[in-house]
Amino acid sequence: MPGNRDNEVQFGETLTRRGHLVRSAITSGPGLLWLTLFLLVPLLAMVGISFLTRGMYGQIQWPPTLENYRRLIGFGSFGFDPLYPFLFLRSLGLGALTTVLSVLAGFPLAFFVATLPGRLKTVAVTLVVVPLWTNLLVRTYAWQILLAPEGWLSQLAATLRMVPPGTPLYPGPFAVALGMLCDFLPFMVLPLYASLEKLDWSIVDAAADLGASPVQSLWHALLPQVRPGLIAGSLLVFLPATAQFVIPDLLGGAKTALLGSAIQQQFGPSRDWPFGCAIATSALLLVLAGIRLHARYRGRKGEAL
Amino acid sequence: MKRRSLPLWFTSAVLYLFLYAPIAVVVLYSFNAARFGAGWKGFTTKWYGALLADSQALAAAKTTLLLAVFSTAISTTLGTLLAYGLARYRFSGKKIAEQFLYLPVFVPDIVMAIALLLFFAWLRRWLEFFELGLFTMVLAHVTFQIPFVCIVVRSRLAELDPTIEEAARDLGANAWQTFRHVTLPMMVPGVVAGALLAFTLSLDDFIVSFFTSGPGSTTLPILIYSSVKRGVTPDINALSTLLLLASIVGTISVMLFQPAKTPKNLPS
Repeated sequence: MPGNRDNEVQFGETLTRRGHLVRSAITSGPGLLWLTLFLLVPLLAMVGISFLTRGMYGQIQWPPTLENYRRLIGFGSFGFDPLYPFLFLRSLGLGALTTVLSVLAGFPLAFFVATLPGRLKTVAVTLVVVPLWTNLLVRTYAWQILLAPEGWLSQLAATLRMVPPGTPLYPGPFAVALGMLCDFLPFMVLPLYASLEKLDWSIVDAAADLGASPVQSLWHALLPQVRPGLIAGSLLVFLPATAQFVIPDLLGGAKTALLGSAIQQQFGPSRDWPFGCAIATSALLLVLAGIRLHARYRGRKGEAL
Repeated sequence: MKRRSLPLWFTSAVLYLFLYAPIAVVVLYSFNAARFGAGWKGFTTKWYGALLADSQALAAAKTTLLLAVFSTAISTTLGTLLAYGLARYRFSGKKIAEQFLYLPVFVPDIVMAIALLLFFAWLRRWLEFFELGLFTMVLAHVTFQIPFVCIVVRSRLAELDPTIEEAARDLGANAWQTFRHVTLPMMVPGVVAGALLAFTLSLDDFIVSFFTSGPGSTTLPILIYSSVKRGVTPDINALSTLLLLASIVGTISVMLFQPAKTPKNLPS
């Protein structure tokens, strides 16, 4: 009944609908205008340009075309070429790998933090977050030093016969995976921790009392309770990890092209802006789809409870 | 089921070590006398001295600082107003506006960066001052800072007790006086926390700056990136250590200003 609430007293003030509108325009107006001008319009322009053609000298020109998207799904001007479909799959694969590693490492860590007593718990959570606030570039190139062939990590790996002696750990997929995990782990730990914090231990205890093995009570009594945290964490890791540019660029060597580096390539050396826009638009759609899916899942949960 | 066990302690210790190893190694190597390679050749502070003599690094530091200060000032003003407006007033389409507001948090930074790059290139056809440089970087940074400032300030506003403002009105203050002398002072911790967060975000940004900077406006992260691409020089470790220090000081300040759950000076 919005009509009845028009003259409701709020914070000691009576405002008409018009008053609300005028004050909204004064307070929220500038910020929303800024975001419209410097976010919404540029993103829409990007989507628009993805349907245009690259000129001879890298300029953007008519006619409108679907060529960029055809190239993206593999049908370029020289017949079928799986370069870009593979690039997408590789990026999604990296996102998935990072998510799995983050769950495997994040769950024990979140569990540990959540079971600490009061003040220690706050300190432990803070310690998980602090690295996030330091520069990503710095943390990433540090792995170049840590994984250098003469570094002690490489020597340890060689001594333990995990790799043949003399194999460099960097650059390569191993270095990328390690760098990705190091960067994204906190994003998994935080939502998992939030779920574990609210955990109803009596259900877990009841499972144990009723004869469940530790694995069974973990699977049937604990895991269902932390599912929201697990899903939120996976979303927070998977989506940005898929479009990550810096970590694969600095740790992966030159060989493997991914979403981020492909976009950068089109706006740098290749100077094919319309095609770069098509890749970026696809990345944006992927992210929006992920968020939409999550919102629907949460909405459904909300109704059920 | 046992809740705390030795293997769990051990795994967690290893993971904490893993999270902090990169930070520790950069700080450690900024004091390493070796010019090349990962070997340890003794303690030195000469790289910090070299940094002070490096005009490129100093110029980048200046750009980074100016960028952070200007963008924080603008985004804190706009973000705070936005938070206040959204918390207090209603308008049709507010739900959509609120969802749209959080878009920059989710849009991959590289997508946002190239969208802005395109937009500035297009604006340049009519308006020369959209030449890539400090100005365009400020515009870009404000765009990703606004939502974060807004989130922090709104969480503070949500904790405030509306009866305090009502009391001010009952005691004869008009709307402006109430805002100026009651609401605003109570908002300050949230605004300061939001500003510090915006400042740290600007300091740490690489991708958005990388695409919206011009030839004469290199920031510290861009300088670090190009140095790493060419092969790390030891004074980059010193530079990174200083940048780490700045970020951590910023973070600790945010936490100190982070509004407490209940105002301490009021009976709950």
